[in-house]
Amino acid sequence: MSEPQQPAEDANPEELRLLERLRQGDEAAFASLVDRHHNALLRLAMAYVSDHSVAEEVVQETWIGVMEGLDRFEGRSSLKTWIFRILTNKAKARGVRESRHVSFSTVGASNDDADEPAVDPSQFRTTGHWAGYWTSYPQPWDEDTPEKLALSREGGVFLEKAIGDLPPNLRQVLVLRDVEGLDSKEVCAMLAVSEANQRVLLHRARSRVRRALETYVEGGLRPA
Amino acid sequence: MTREAIKIFVLDYLAGRMTCGEFVELVTDYLEGSMTFWGRVRFHLHLGLCFGCRVHLKQMRQTIQTLGRLPEAPVPPAIREELLRRFRHVKAKSS
Repeated sequence: MSEPQQPAEDANPEELRLLERLRQGDEAAFASLVDRHHNALLRLAMAYVSDHSVAEEVVQETWIGVMEGLDRFEGRSSLKTWIFRILTNKAKARGVRESRHVSFSTVGASNDDADEPAVDPSQFRTTGHWAGYWTSYPQPWDEDTPEKLALSREGGVFLEKAIGDLPPNLRQVLVLRDVEGLDSKEVCAMLAVSEANQRVLLHRARSRVRRALETYVEGGLRPA
Repeated sequence: MTREAIKIFVLDYLAGRMTCGEFVELVTDYLEGSMTFWGRVRFHLHLGLCFGCRVHLKQMRQTIQTLGRLPEAPVPPAIREELLRRFRHVKAKSS
């Protein structure tokens, strides 16, 4: 799904121009960066620290780290990946201090992680030749469900809540991979988690969000 | 053979009796491209025969698309201003 990571020599020319402007102190360039990523950073920070004002602080620290690090940024990853990596480092440090940091080494350790089926088991037959097959088929969603959901105000609020309801470790992986679209390997490195482990977390997170969306869609999508 | 008999044959023997319950747990492995060749073959055989699992896979894809389209709300002006002020400050110091 994600693009392979590009080596620095053929980095996106648009991004190189942006970087050049940022290094020269172009305020409009920095403003565009803030507009693009500030709330996304806040969303991710909330997966590390419980308190909203602490999350705001972490994002502020991240931006300062970005300003101060621009000259050292080597372009080995995209600018976006680099910014999110600064955030995860700062948020982790903050989360440890707040002792709310989630360890990735032990998927399955907390109650939230107990083998959780992607689909409610009651939707599958339990007896006969077709045991394990659908009792009744799930209902297809309209083609334009993603647009309708993401772009309506109500849908947006619902989605943010569905993401916010995920346990922190699932939320971190889901936000970095599916909301921000970062590369799988980069996210593994950022969160210090193996690819196999990341897939397990991503699967649980996506499955939970799908279930939430299913209830929403079946409740009737209101027009944007 | 009837259509149903073919379906049972394929699901039981060729797809190694992959149930829908098993299928739904493999969706992310599939989308991440981390399945073995035979794993993918079984997955596709099941997918080809099972309407419910086609719907489910589509819903998972739509879920991912939805998440990728989440719009970002505007940054509160006070916070934005403060960040720009700091940027000016850091840049003035370093040049």
